[in-house]
Amino acid sequence: MKAAIVVFPGSNRENDAKAALTQALGREPIMVWHRDTSLPKVDLVLVPGGFSYGDYLRCGAIAANSPVLREVKARSEQGMAVIGVCNGFQIITEAGLLPGVLLRNANLKFVCRNVGLRVETSNSRFTSGYKKGQVLSIPVAHHDGNYFADPKTLDELEAEDRIAFRYCGPEGRLDANYNPNGSTRHIAGILNKKRNVLGLMPHPENAIEPIHGSTDGKALFHSLVEAVS
Amino acid sequence: MKARIHITLKSGVLDPQGRAIANALHALGFDSVDDVRQGKYIEVDLKESDKTKAKAAVDQMCGKLLANTVIENYAIDLVD
Repeated sequence: MKAAIVVFPGSNRENDAKAALTQALGREPIMVWHRDTSLPKVDLVLVPGGFSYGDYLRCGAIAANSPVLREVKARSEQGMAVIGVCNGFQIITEAGLLPGVLLRNANLKFVCRNVGLRVETSNSRFTSGYKKGQVLSIPVAHHDGNYFADPKTLDELEAEDRIAFRYCGPEGRLDANYNPNGSTRHIAGILNKKRNVLGLMPHPENAIEPIHGSTDGKALFHSLVEAVS
Repeated sequence: MKARIHITLKSGVLDPQGRAIANALHALGFDSVDDVRQGKYIEVDLKESDKTKAKAAVDQMCGKLLANTVIENYAIDLVD
């Protein structure tokens, strides 16, 4: 399996993502600069976290219109796997790869800590390494992670088993106190219809070594490599 | 020609920043404040002199980049 990471001015988690993919793949992913219009032939593109273009206009809006993202979108429609983490999630929703939008956190605070994350489906190449209902500890670090979509879209996501992760408390309890950003229906990550695109606000790439305090993110990258290889 | 674009959140979309502004106004003693919604104002200078063409172009700009129509409405005002 070959993977690439798209890098924008203002991306800042690309090297963490590179470490996670290298650990799972056994070789380094290709780093692609945002101005490149040709994307190497890869099986997976990761859009990393950060503050692409300084979050100007709206988070992810300018990156979503970059030449490389157009290519990522075209390839994803042909089945290539795409994962957008944090700012990457904002970018791929702005680009229309996933429905909805990430609004400013309801409490207006930048939140940076480990959160409880409940796996809502193991039916995807990203989550097949987890059990449905499993509770993970993964860090978040964002100001705009408050997932919003109209009720019809939310019902559709639920009916089609496209919610990948929800914020939760101990034992997987859904509770407003454990929702770090006010996200609608506690949504932390979603899949597209074809289940080859995942967007999530938490950072699995920052939970892959014992020194991170959690290794719960590891299974995501490993299951991805297994499923796509 | 200049396009003046107002971008506002659709009703029903949570606006925590607007709420924080309302709270700050209340703290200053402006008791008449009922609610605050925050938006954006963008000015675009255009080379176009034909109003219809200008309007169509700005409309596309809003749809493609300036506004996210999932959560935002926009209003375009053209001035010479």
